[in-house]
Amino acid sequence: MMLKIKRVPTLVSNFQKDEDEIGARGVGCGRNCLRNCCLPGSKLPLYAFKNLSYGKFVADETMEPPVDFLESLLLGEWEDRQQKGLFRYDVTACETKVIPGEYGFIAQLNEGRHLKKRPTEFRVDKVLQPFDGSKFNFTKVGQEELLFQFEASDEDEVQLYPDAPIDAEKSPSVVAINVSPIEYGHVLLIPKVLECLPQRIDRDSFLLALHMAVEAANPYFRLGYNSLGAFATINHLHFQAYYLAVQFPIEKAPTQKISVTGARVKISEMLNYPVRGLVFEGGNTLEDLANVVSDCCICLQENNIPYNVLISDSGKRIFLLPQCYAEKQALGEVSPELLDTQVNPAVWEISGHMVLKRKEDYEGATEANAWRLLAEVSLSEVRFQEVTALIFEAIGLSVEENEHAPEGSPEDLDVTPPQPMEEIDGLSTHTTMVPV
Amino acid sequence: MEKSQLGLIEQSFNVKYSDGVREALDELPDSFTITDPSIYGHPIVYASWGFLEVFGYSKNEVIGRNGRVFQGPKTNRRSVMAIREAIREERGIQISLLNYRKDGTPFWMLFHMCPVYSEKDGRVVHFLGVQVPILRRRKSLGGGIGRKGGVCHDGGNCREAVYRCCRREVCSNSIMGVDRAVSVDSVAGLDHTDVDVEGPCEASDQEKTKAIVIVNNIMSVLANYSELRGRLVNDKRCCQSVTSLLSSSLTISFGRIKQSFVLTDAQLPDMPIVYASDAFLKLTGFLRHEVLGRNCRFLSGEDTDRGTQLQIKQCIQKEQPCTVHILNYRKDGTPFWNFLHISPIRSASGKVAYFVGIQIEDTSEARGKQGLNPEMRHRSVVAAVKVAVRGWSMGASTS
Repeated sequence: MMLKIKRVPTLVSNFQKDEDEIGARGVGCGRNCLRNCCLPGSKLPLYAFKNLSYGKFVADETMEPPVDFLESLLLGEWEDRQQKGLFRYDVTACETKVIPGEYGFIAQLNEGRHLKKRPTEFRVDKVLQPFDGSKFNFTKVGQEELLFQFEASDEDEVQLYPDAPIDAEKSPSVVAINVSPIEYGHVLLIPKVLECLPQRIDRDSFLLALHMAVEAANPYFRLGYNSLGAFATINHLHFQAYYLAVQFPIEKAPTQKISVTGARVKISEMLNYPVRGLVFEGGNTLEDLANVVSDCCICLQENNIPYNVLISDSGKRIFLLPQCYAEKQALGEVSPELLDTQVNPAVWEISGHMVLKRKEDYEGATEANAWRLLAEVSLSEVRFQEVTALIFEAIGLSVEENEHAPEGSPEDLDVTPPQPMEEIDGLSTHTTMVPV
Repeated sequence: MEKSQLGLIEQSFNVKYSDGVREALDELPDSFTITDPSIYGHPIVYASWGFLEVFGYSKNEVIGRNGRVFQGPKTNRRSVMAIREAIREERGIQISLLNYRKDGTPFWMLFHMCPVYSEKDGRVVHFLGVQVPILRRRKSLGGGIGRKGGVCHDGGNCREAVYRCCRREVCSNSIMGVDRAVSVDSVAGLDHTDVDVEGPCEASDQEKTKAIVIVNNIMSVLANYSELRGRLVNDKRCCQSVTSLLSSSLTISFGRIKQSFVLTDAQLPDMPIVYASDAFLKLTGFLRHEVLGRNCRFLSGEDTDRGTQLQIKQCIQKEQPCTVHILNYRKDGTPFWNFLHISPIRSASGKVAYFVGIQIEDTSEARGKQGLNPEMRHRSVVAAVKVAVRGWSMGASTS
């Protein structure tokens, strides 16, 4: 049996329309795209990050960028496209709020993102599918939707080449706008765009995404990834990213350490969050961290388990979330009320940023509603432990047993019985006098 | 550190408190720091002797730096984010945190941070951070507590552990003697070669209470010395009526933007300036208090083109961005060509709440430079301001 769901795809590019809607004009195919017809002679700013460790661009005062270098470039180019009218709507005109509650889920009312179009069928039971050049992919976007090329520098410092040629031989990684942004600065990072890689994580591509999080040097700039079957709609390798200057609920969830790899990458399990998931931190080098996470992703996709990834805290924390919502949806196991909201629980929704299409959902948004939806996304506890075991086997680790690890008692968990208060005169009564 | 930055730090303290405040704070035995969110990088403007002793730094090495330099590879990231969030929301937080001394050795402390408000306008003028070293006890292995069952939100979730800074009555109960006995000496005596940096470190109730007491003590010193200055600071925000008030989270975000710009409030009559960047003050020669509350037109003068001024006015009325070259005047009367970009800024409700104006002095040498071109600088600043305002107003819009 083949599992499918019907949904209206979101337009990430103005060139993602039916072929006949775009008339030919000028040279090449007329769209100034990235394929052989239009590419020769094309130029695009190139941002080359310092390969080894994080370093800042230093220059004299007048050359110094207004904010950190990558942020200045990304935001400046994005605002430029906004002023040129390339987006389908002004996302800063979309009302948004933090829903009262313990976690502070974020709701946005976005009536413009949703296309008034008939839904398309998506196959959700195959996480890995071959690239299909006949479908929309990022070689078909117009060059005006690209912001810059992003690669490792050969030099010892960050470099910006404002008029770098697009070298087809090198297959550059590019950053493009998402014309249906869910927040300001919403972009897509497309590793080696001309190689036409399908949506699947590999070590190099993941490291590139992690570098971008580090280079952006802003904890409110996060990158996300959706596998096929976990609400990716385009089978051409890409990460998403945007700015949102509030903490995401997922970032507030308590965690419990379950293991540490040889390269000192700490792996924890999220607790008390509606979606079960793993958190990765540390590592001797950035590459160690990237390798462990990408190996886990590879294990999941090879085992046909859909998942989402969030790169948070400037690349210092990575959340990995296997999910089963689309499968449930295809099997008819999701309640009609949840389906009616038409919220597709991809990485941003799972992280606690809910983009709502109907005013009534926005106005009635509560933490309980958000929680209920996300609980449907999560694997069951039993299945989650199975999947964790599968991942750990793949990366050659074992889960630390608490009773064998007195040093590693669960992080952030209060498993200690209340300490008897040592009596000090005049101290013990103060707590109650403090207005909370 | 730049000279100008050091000057700002000196000022940060001296204009708010009367002479002798440092001496009075120096008398306190505890480990604490005071930071100023309105200065670029949210630096430490005061560090107590206790702090220097515990962390092993000299005063010069600490002043002007951000508190994050004391964090290290094993510091819990979720706790760091929780502190960042508390600063953003201008509220207190009490949380266990793994910090590092200068020699690289880690140790656990209970960090209690709270905002210090100006009584005059309710603005957060400083953040006070108190560090109470946590004396480690062996954890019992807490047998039988289920993975999901016994979850307590301590550590990262701030709700439980947050205390508003306390009332004066509490401060007046002198507990100084107790503090002296336990604070610095006991830390120095700790064997810090064997710190369990991995596990959680929950402070005892006693330590938690102690942190509150220390905070109260310091707050009362600050209040006393600001009273003499006539600018009372307080542990509670007293006047909420100031609509044009910018929160310190916005000020911190704006402080990152190294470019001349002002923010004007679109909702207030005649659109007064509510924020002016340091680079703006440097470019125009005005002091901050001379520009806040005024409309930007004071930059124009005799030879400023009326047509250009009209063009700006029309764009503002239509809520559209505009870019012009306009002749402006500094405080000393010297004219300069201002390559000016103005853009509307929406709050989280989607409505235009502010306008940002970005000034780039038009000189032939600026044009020839490498790096980002002036148009790109304009747009980078617009974008950074949009992100900051949207994030900040999201929480505010719900109330």
